[in-house]
Amino acid sequence: MNAHTDTIDEFVASDYKYGFVTDIESESLEPGLNKDVVRFISAKKNEPEWLLDWRLKALQHFEKMKSPTWPQVKYPPVDFQDISYYSAPKKKGDGPKSLDEVDPKLLETYEKLGVPLHERARLAGVAIDAVFDSESIGTTFKEDLAKAGVIFCSISEAVQKHPELVKKYLGTVVPYTDNFYATLNSAVFSDGSFVYIPQGTRCPMELSTYFRINAANTGQFERTLIVAEESSHVSYLEGCTAPMRDENQLHAAVVELVALDNAEIKYSTVQNWYPGDEQGRGGIYNFVTKRGVCKTNAKISWTQVETGSAITWKYPSVILQGDNSIGEFYSIALTNKAQQADTGTKMVHIGKNTRSTIVSKGISAGKGQNSYRGLVQVGKKATKARNFSQCDSLLIGDKCGAHTFPYIEAKNPSASIEHEATTSKIGEDQIFYCNQRGLEPQDAVNMIVNGFCKEVFRELPMEFAIEAQKLLDVSLEGSVG
Amino acid sequence: MLEIKNLQAGIEDKPILRGIDLSVNAGEVHAIMGPNGSGKSTLASVLAGRDGYDVTSGEVLLQNDNLLNLAPEERAREGVFLAFQYPVEIPGVNSAYFLRSAVNEIRKHRGEEELDAMHFLKAVKTKMKELGLSEDFLKRPVNTGFSGGEKKRNEILQMAMLNPRLAVLDETDSGLDIDALRIVADGVNRLKGPDNAQVVITHYQRLLDYIVPDFVHVLYDGRIIKSGDKTLAYELEEKGYDWLIQNAA
Repeated sequence: MNAHTDTIDEFVASDYKYGFVTDIESESLEPGLNKDVVRFISAKKNEPEWLLDWRLKALQHFEKMKSPTWPQVKYPPVDFQDISYYSAPKKKGDGPKSLDEVDPKLLETYEKLGVPLHERARLAGVAIDAVFDSESIGTTFKEDLAKAGVIFCSISEAVQKHPELVKKYLGTVVPYTDNFYATLNSAVFSDGSFVYIPQGTRCPMELSTYFRINAANTGQFERTLIVAEESSHVSYLEGCTAPMRDENQLHAAVVELVALDNAEIKYSTVQNWYPGDEQGRGGIYNFVTKRGVCKTNAKISWTQVETGSAITWKYPSVILQGDNSIGEFYSIALTNKAQQADTGTKMVHIGKNTRSTIVSKGISAGKGQNSYRGLVQVGKKATKARNFSQCDSLLIGDKCGAHTFPYIEAKNPSASIEHEATTSKIGEDQIFYCNQRGLEPQDAVNMIVNGFCKEVFRELPMEFAIEAQKLLDVSLEGSVG
Repeated sequence: MLEIKNLQAGIEDKPILRGIDLSVNAGEVHAIMGPNGSGKSTLASVLAGRDGYDVTSGEVLLQNDNLLNLAPEERAREGVFLAFQYPVEIPGVNSAYFLRSAVNEIRKHRGEEELDAMHFLKAVKTKMKELGLSEDFLKRPVNTGFSGGEKKRNEILQMAMLNPRLAVLDETDSGLDIDALRIVADGVNRLKGPDNAQVVITHYQRLLDYIVPDFVHVLYDGRIIKSGDKTLAYELEEKGYDWLIQNAA
């Protein structure tokens, strides 16, 4: 008789608690991708001519491109003509002027997601822009931010109200020709957030965007642009969820960060798109391009907790253009069930004395496949550039996989580059040790995983660190039998 | 307190324990000795419910509950504590956090209120002082980078905090210098009380200079071949196991 059968063997479904669908009337475009679709989106948003031209150029470029094959992920080809490129909740009349006029069903949705937008329930000290399918439905704390000179609104609104800023920076970090999905995004992006922090300003609160996919058969293509003027500081967080569906849905976002001299941008992501089931049915294809540029003495720090999506393909990167600039990348990527992740970063050292730090924690459970892919590039003029990379992988069970693809290109002999990598397995002995002290097997796994991720949690803003920890626990549910 | 009846167990098809009978009353300390490969660690593992062992026959009753029907964590909550021969490292998990979680799981099971961080710290610091442990222990990740002696002392600290009814020490003395041995022995002696019992598994007699057992049992080839009082340990020290093994055969 065996009192306790194999602890790390059975993998059962855990419930994705954000998998509900909001029943709301929406206006969606017929599936298909062509110039008319791009024109429709642009017209819908009342965009200036230059932006429409830019979109059309991107579309033209896209038609000549092929989807990348180098990622360590497997999925059937995506039919881009079978996706609807625009869906938004139907507006009554001119649309809501303030959050009070927003459809209560939408507010309820965000309430259910733990992101109340109502004044009475708002998270203290966090301003939120809520994006539902292709549209931003509202932004909280706008007035308070305006007092500090901070602009935080949807990118559609920014195009209307601050066209000069958008025109100046859009596409400067990720040009429309950059890569397959970034190019697609440039043609059809619908909404996203825009942040502008004036010179010498420390943003008085955390800024946050909450992305929600609701409509079926639509892609979400948001575009976020953050500009931090000289000597300014901002901390920004994005969260993402989607309903449970058997079909895969495409999410191809672009995020551009501009940190001017002495500025600092901290960008955190808690990504929890629907991951699909054990058989790999359904879930979001999360194909995202994120990049920031640092001018002199500037700093950009990416922190990501990636627990959702069927496939995650993203490499938040920093171009260290200015001397003494700093780039950081802290990542937790968890793949359970049949999830696949190919994620990492690029640190491009151009200026002198530039520094970068990479800490990547990959956790694989179930049949999950997790790859770290990173590039550290040191240019000819980047004297005394320094990089430290640490990539750790943790395996739970024996049906999952972890892979590491570190690339280093150093053209300056004074560069110092360190790379450390470990792979470990949660052992039966670790779990038994915890059990013997009275802890449940699942609690033991959670504790071990949280310990493994500690260095990254430390980088998240306090209130989100706790959320992220809980999210990790939920994502691991059912990872032990 | 503990009643082991005709316990037979092994790994896969290989029998290791071939019928163990042992009664341990509350307030007693039993030493289990024996040469390598006699089944000492298997006995400890089976009592705690470690995966991978098949129990083919017998019963293990802890105050009339059959332990063999319980999962390892349930046994722990019922008051079975195993001090590991090789304590396991858990990187990144703070020792204080780990221990408080364990203490609270057991308190919850007993229907007691969970300890908050303040009360826990107060309690653990008192115990640490008694055991001569430095406070930086609590901040370090569980067993990670600990020396052999530190790991064993950490086991004893956990035992002191969890206050088990039945403590099984699996060769806790192996690899210890004399100072560490004293601390371990001291911890065991402090725990000793009218409501609990201890089973001390050891390869060497020297631990028994510090922990005085009420009974000594010799395990050989999966059976207890000889039981006696503490003088048996001295006899073994002097004569080795061979004479007993020959008698048994």
